[in-house]
Amino acid sequence: MLALNLSPDVFALVYLVATVFFILGLKGLSSPRTALKGNRNAMIGMLLAVLATLVHPDVQDYTWILAGLGLGAVVGIAVALRIQMTAMPQLVAALHSFVGLAAVFIAAGTFYGHSASGQEMDTAILIEIAAGSFIGAITFTGSLVAFGKLQELLSSNPLVFKGQHWLNLLLGVAMLGFAAQFAITLDPLPFWIMTGIALLLGFLLVLPIGGADMPVVVSMLNSYSGWAAAATGFTLNNHLLITTGALVGSSGAILSYIMCKAMNRSIVSVILGGFGGEASAQAAAGPAKGIKSASVEDAAFMLENSGKVIIVPGYGMAVAQAQHAMKELVHTLGKKGVEVKFAIHPVAGRMPGHMNVLLAESDIPYDIVFEMEDINSDFSGCDVALVVGANDVVNPAAKTDKSSPLYGMPILDAYKAKQVFVIKRSMKAGYAGVDNALFYHDNCSLVFGDAKAVCENLVKTFEAS
Amino acid sequence: MSATMFGLTVFVLACFVGYHVIWGVTPALHTPLMAVTNAISAIVVVGAILVAGHGMSAGGAEGSGHLVNILGFVAVFLASINIFGGFVVTRRILSMFKTKK
Repeated sequence: MLALNLSPDVFALVYLVATVFFILGLKGLSSPRTALKGNRNAMIGMLLAVLATLVHPDVQDYTWILAGLGLGAVVGIAVALRIQMTAMPQLVAALHSFVGLAAVFIAAGTFYGHSASGQEMDTAILIEIAAGSFIGAITFTGSLVAFGKLQELLSSNPLVFKGQHWLNLLLGVAMLGFAAQFAITLDPLPFWIMTGIALLLGFLLVLPIGGADMPVVVSMLNSYSGWAAAATGFTLNNHLLITTGALVGSSGAILSYIMCKAMNRSIVSVILGGFGGEASAQAAAGPAKGIKSASVEDAAFMLENSGKVIIVPGYGMAVAQAQHAMKELVHTLGKKGVEVKFAIHPVAGRMPGHMNVLLAESDIPYDIVFEMEDINSDFSGCDVALVVGANDVVNPAAKTDKSSPLYGMPILDAYKAKQVFVIKRSMKAGYAGVDNALFYHDNCSLVFGDAKAVCENLVKTFEAS
Repeated sequence: MSATMFGLTVFVLACFVGYHVIWGVTPALHTPLMAVTNAISAIVVVGAILVAGHGMSAGGAEGSGHLVNILGFVAVFLASINIFGGFVVTRRILSMFKTKK
């Protein structure tokens, strides 16, 4: 067989090198220029880890391994090449769920494998097996719910009921109880009961979280999938898994933190859930007084006669698939000598960095796309701010109205521009279900219509003039 | 020092490395960051391979052997989707990021 008689130190060394490649891979993402190289480094790390494991003396049967790797490669590559960029959040959620489920199977397999070969299992390894399984199980079902909500198979409304948090707490305690029983008795039954409770808990933890908090949830599950990998590393006493799990876990945790801060919400209140269903009742009323609307021609006239334009895209742009029409708009304005920049709020879209990807996909150069901190001071010097499918992230009530649910959330200062145009389909409120104070400002006009159609009409108007 | 304690030491130190490396990632690349962490969290494939390749000769109790292999097979399959899917989609995203020519 392939299995070579290598010392454990050789494996440890190769795994260490793989870890270094993973760290270099993540470091590459500090700039779009080095990012592709980073991705390559991470691939090398994975290749080394897999090859080393294949020649491990404990591996004696290759049929199942090669079948699994091959099938996974076919499915993974097919999906990755076909997925629409607007659907990235769903894909990421689905992939998280796979890591979670894999961790459950590895924990179970390790337990049965050890029992079958009559290896001693001390309390420490049993606890690690239990932890690997329940963290994996929570990640699995939690990610499935997130996937369902993002894919709109499930309502994105938060599902809240009385006593929910007490029920979760009770289930959590019961889960740990069965884990302890498993560690003491070595009996597989409490192991499976524990895993079952963890699966249920994953569902219950994500169901109450609303659409507005989706970027946080996706990041949080990213973090969980890392912790699941780390727990598996403890089970197998493998430092490569522990380190990699820790890297991924902290990555997800930091992203969750950034998202929470950008929404001025605490992680605890996100987890407790209940925030941000579809437009709430008081905001669902029709066009209110004091709102001005502008025609496409008005907007086109203002845009082509301005020096600086800042575009604020939001998830609505993705929904309307307006990013390609947007590119044409930018291109035409550029030809007329107008300087165009994009302003991205950290929580625009359904996952961190979602808008940047959509703009990059439609060939908008990343050096005219700016983060909130870098561009907020530019709004006061710009002639037109064009808001496309964004809402809550430009709501000045977040700064001025203490009674607003958005109060304290950092916003893009679009209202400071000389003129603001907001492309909107209807008067529906944003994800947070809050009316937008920006619409009542003197310098703000609404252009009603589908984002894609409006962008296309703007381009046509420019060309006709 | 027990193996668990040693593992814990490595774990905590790695969390600090992760903390510093991840704060260095530019916000524009947060989506590919999630995609690539998706791929590398599939490092559980190492554990999955060990389970799937568990040989019958290793142990006494016959019969439970196949169960172990099948559990391992599913785990390898799932992890493999992540590895290939994660890296390929990350590559696809990153190659779209271009500057003005």
